[in-house]
Amino acid sequence: MKVKVLCRNPDDYVRETSKDIQRVPRNYDPTLHPFEVPREYTRALNATKLDRIFAKPFVASLDGHRDGINCIAKHTKSLATVLSGACDGQVKIWNLSKRECLRTIQAHEGFVRGMCSRFCGTSFFTVGDDKTIKQWNMEAPGYGVREEPLTTILGKAVYTGIDHHQTEGTFATCGQTVDIWDEQRSSPIRSFSWGVDSFSCVRYNPVETELLASCASDRSIILYDMRESAPLKKVVMQLRSNTLCWNPMEAYNFTCANEDYNLYTYDMRRLDTPVTVHMDHVSAVLDVDYSPTGREFVSASFDKTVRIFPKNSGHSREVYHTKRMQHVICVRWSMDNKYILSGSDEMNIRIWKANASEKLGVLTSREKATIHYNQKLKEKFQHHPQVKRIARHRHLPRDIYKQKREQREMKEARRRKEQNVRKHSKPGSVPLVTEKEKHVVTVVE
Amino acid sequence: MDSSTRKRVKMAAALVDEEEELSPDEENEISASEDEEGSDDDRKHTKLLEAISSLGGKRRRMQAERSEASVQVSEFSVNAEGAGEKIQLSDLLGSMEKTPGTANTTKKQLRNLQNSKGTLELPLSRQQTEKIQRGVAYERSSKEVSRWESVIKQNQKAEQIIFPLKQESAGPKRVEQVVAGWKAQTPLEQQIFSLLRSNNQPVTDPVLTPVEEASIKAMSLEEAKIRRAELQKARVLQSYYEAKARREKKIKSKKYHKVQKKAKHKNFLKQFDEMMKTDPAAALEELKKMELSRMEERMSLKHQNSSKWAKTKAIMAKYDDSARKAMQQQLELNKELTQKLVVPSDDDDEGKDDEEEASALPDFVNDPESASGAMNPWMRGRLTAEGHEVTTDPHTMSTEEPARSQEEVEEEEEDEEEQLLVHFETKRKLRQDEEDDLVPVTQEEEEDADGEKTARDGQEEEEEEEEEQEVVSEFNTLFNRLMKNSRTSMEPPPPPGKPARTEEVELEQEEEALLDEGLVRARTMEDLEGLVHDGIAEESVASVPHAASVDAASEPHSRRKKEIDPREVLTKDANVIKVPLAPTLLEGEEEEGSSAQMSIIKEAFAGDDVISDFLKDKKKQEEAGQPKVVDLTLPGWGEWGGVGLKPSRYKRRKFRLKPHPAALRKDQKLPAVIISEKRNSSVALHQVSQLPFPFQNSSQFEVCMRSPVGQTWNTQNSVKKLTAPKVVTRLGSIIEPLRKEDFQPEEKSAEALKKRPQIVLEEKRGKGGRAGGGARRAQRQQQQQKKKKQKTD
Repeated sequence: MKVKVLCRNPDDYVRETSKDIQRVPRNYDPTLHPFEVPREYTRALNATKLDRIFAKPFVASLDGHRDGINCIAKHTKSLATVLSGACDGQVKIWNLSKRECLRTIQAHEGFVRGMCSRFCGTSFFTVGDDKTIKQWNMEAPGYGVREEPLTTILGKAVYTGIDHHQTEGTFATCGQTVDIWDEQRSSPIRSFSWGVDSFSCVRYNPVETELLASCASDRSIILYDMRESAPLKKVVMQLRSNTLCWNPMEAYNFTCANEDYNLYTYDMRRLDTPVTVHMDHVSAVLDVDYSPTGREFVSASFDKTVRIFPKNSGHSREVYHTKRMQHVICVRWSMDNKYILSGSDEMNIRIWKANASEKLGVLTSREKATIHYNQKLKEKFQHHPQVKRIARHRHLPRDIYKQKREQREMKEARRRKEQNVRKHSKPGSVPLVTEKEKHVVTVVE
Repeated sequence: MDSSTRKRVKMAAALVDEEEELSPDEENEISASEDEEGSDDDRKHTKLLEAISSLGGKRRRMQAERSEASVQVSEFSVNAEGAGEKIQLSDLLGSMEKTPGTANTTKKQLRNLQNSKGTLELPLSRQQTEKIQRGVAYERSSKEVSRWESVIKQNQKAEQIIFPLKQESAGPKRVEQVVAGWKAQTPLEQQIFSLLRSNNQPVTDPVLTPVEEASIKAMSLEEAKIRRAELQKARVLQSYYEAKARREKKIKSKKYHKVQKKAKHKNFLKQFDEMMKTDPAAALEELKKMELSRMEERMSLKHQNSSKWAKTKAIMAKYDDSARKAMQQQLELNKELTQKLVVPSDDDDEGKDDEEEASALPDFVNDPESASGAMNPWMRGRLTAEGHEVTTDPHTMSTEEPARSQEEVEEEEEDEEEQLLVHFETKRKLRQDEEDDLVPVTQEEEEDADGEKTARDGQEEEEEEEEEQEVVSEFNTLFNRLMKNSRTSMEPPPPPGKPARTEEVELEQEEEALLDEGLVRARTMEDLEGLVHDGIAEESVASVPHAASVDAASEPHSRRKKEIDPREVLTKDANVIKVPLAPTLLEGEEEEGSSAQMSIIKEAFAGDDVISDFLKDKKKQEEAGQPKVVDLTLPGWGEWGGVGLKPSRYKRRKFRLKPHPAALRKDQKLPAVIISEKRNSSVALHQVSQLPFPFQNSSQFEVCMRSPVGQTWNTQNSVKKLTAPKVVTRLGSIIEPLRKEDFQPEEKSAEALKKRPQIVLEEKRGKGGRAGGGARRAQRQQQQQKKKKQKTD
């Protein structure tokens, strides 16, 4: 018997350094790999399971306020800084990386209704129940110096919201009217009103920076152009919208958080029907904020949950809740697309990961490669029942679960009734109305 | 006062905006001043009254009269005399003509106004004007916003998008950029900086002058990339051509060159014909060229009598009939040629000349080795119709092919890797396809065994191999079945209808929630497993009703595990998967080893009568599969019932439901096979029961599933490409919203792209010698760009 001796060149299999990965020679000929699909399926299944196991979105809670958090503002230039205003008129500035409060200001008497930081990040504005607009320095005053606003503007009525222009020294407030202010002046340079007595929210368009949108108490959303003397258009919905947020990557899309438990994404060029109706909350939606990538947005609701929606999906991809979190009043998505901040009734600001199972910190290139591969696998096999089932499973508190079921039943009943009515009436007399069309009452020009 | 003048006054009032909002006081004032002419009468009237009162003896007390002008005039003091009167336009105009400052044009306009008789319409109400304003403003802003559409679409479609969108340049920065609040404070500093600024110099040395910066900015990274890619491509193409030319030059075969030339000529002819139609001027030029070459030919007489072939033929013609025939043929052809030579645009007499010449020419003008080639009209004529050529045709073809193959080989060497990859891909596909076709294959094989031979040779071997693999790869077949099921269960995709309709469908699709929200928390692997099993139960319940229909077309998957005598069943040799590894042991003992194994197997299965067991089993399965008669007769209904009494035959016939005969079993003609058509629930768990949303048909889905992504099956680079995430964000960087400055001016960038090379050249020149000139030019360009920008804005 002849034996062929194995003979190898060590260059082919010896690592250059001990930290190098082991070399594995491979033959990619597909005939040698008959099980490629099943093997990948198993990997996908495992990746999905691990994803769910590592899904621990809650990062930290910032406590220190002595009343419910009413508004949160992001610092425009610093990721680690966040401002929050409470119902007792206190404003706190937080350092997120240290998770501590840097500064506390008694800014207003009564609620701090709205807050925004200037585009350069050197100062911020607050409006409160005491009918004032105050501008504050972002830097803390020196030792022994009193905290005083840079400027104070005393208005005639309560201001309920404020937003600053993206690049210029102007800002917009809302209250009984929507006012545009120059920072240098103490009276508004423009003021819009259109037969409405109060507004709840005003937001600048971050892309087309001269456009504004506001939510009014007559259930309408009104669009403005800062350069025009009159508002542009108004859409009246069935229930009131609480807040709205423009998509930072799509100049004409915005999403509003409505009292009817839904969120609506509109294209400002076609206001007669929303582009998408986002359902899943079981109580009024109070706040909404887009991720800086413009792909997703986060919503806060009175039902004590925070949900994340893909921008074009009708249902949420994620739901966050904890036992102690009460009605969530405000929510913001951090500027690096990694975290979500939620401020709630029980005086805490919570930091969540935007991607529940993401590993924090710097990743090695191999870790990154694995994560990307797993992501791809999950995406590829997402339609397989097992993978789907695991990936979609979420835990909900009993109350919300029950409410959800209840609402599903109600909706089903309504649908059935409508169907029956249609069946027993003259054909064509009960028209089919799509879900999107249902919620818009009129568009006023 | 006639009504027409009144009307005119009204018109004037409508003309001037402010008139609308005139305060009542002002009106009153006007009316008061207007009544001045009537004030005389007033005075007389009061005097008269006084006189009358004085007549009475008693002096009445005088009423105090206000004499100073007041803003408010009591309505009681206004008398009713001129109540209906209003100002006429002529009154106003009279004063206008006296004033020196008014322009002639306005006078004219007013005069026209005076003459015109139509009334102007009332101005719109405030609500309506506002509505119109709003509408216009909305239109404008929505148009403005729509400009973003292309950018947004592009971002949505992008394979990968990296945030933040605008990456900061990594180059050095000026001190002023870095330190915002810094100022030159001491007088010396101020002097220095003022000097530097006045000369447009950079403040610190590594930093660029504004001109340089502008020139750098002028070429953005993407544009530079595009340009570099273009250059690279051009260079590569050039090198390819060069290499090809060199290769062709090296080829010694005369035939090859001949064929090449002929091909070229043919091509040329074709092109020429086309050219005649499309571009007559160019065609004429070509004709001239031909003419020139013909003249050369006639002067040199290169192809008369000189060729070897002609000479030999001439010698042979005496003895050989065939040679003579060939020469005669040549002659005939020659004549034809000469006739054909007439070119449409040539003069007639010249053509005649040609004919004469042609007839005078000897037979062997047309020798095959003629060199002048494409330009020679003689050659052209012959190429189109020559018998000799035809006889050589197959030969040339055969020579051409090896040449071509040679080329191919060389090309293959060049992109061997790609070829390999492509090869893998095709192999993969082939294998998958064949696995799909497994059932018919096995059937056909059976037929082969029976004796009917079909015309499949090479393919069959492959398929057998495939079958062997299939025995091994249950899991794979499982997946195949999955594909099949999905394919069979799916109805053909709905035709693309209206967009609105599809949207609705989409909405319906989306009706399904993305999350399964429940009360159970899944924290560990075990919990998740449990989840899966819950799912199983639901799935199995749900899938029972339509299982049968789905399974109608499914493949065999559960083979009965039975002890089988290898000799009786394994009639064919197993095809070993060819692994490209050198055998570690040389042959010699192998046969011994295999025979030993055979004997062992024989021993192990000594007592079993496997085949009969198998047949019994099959029969049982067949019987179980037969539909059963359902008896619904109720004894005692409509007739007497009891012990020993049977329902009547009529009744039995009526109430016995005979089922439809079962469909033919797939394994009916296959004695050695049991094909079970039941759905396997354990497999069904892993199958996709419906075609998922974005896919149009099952084949798309299959293709998507088929190709693996992992490192085990792909090269590193391809894995990187395949698994690239859609959205990339940089750790710790702020993602700004889209900005107008970065994206809007698309036209500008296109212009800049056209200009690019100039700028680069100038910059180089500037660096080399006179910096000033280049800088000035760059500045000028910058200004131009600015202007353009303004225009576009």
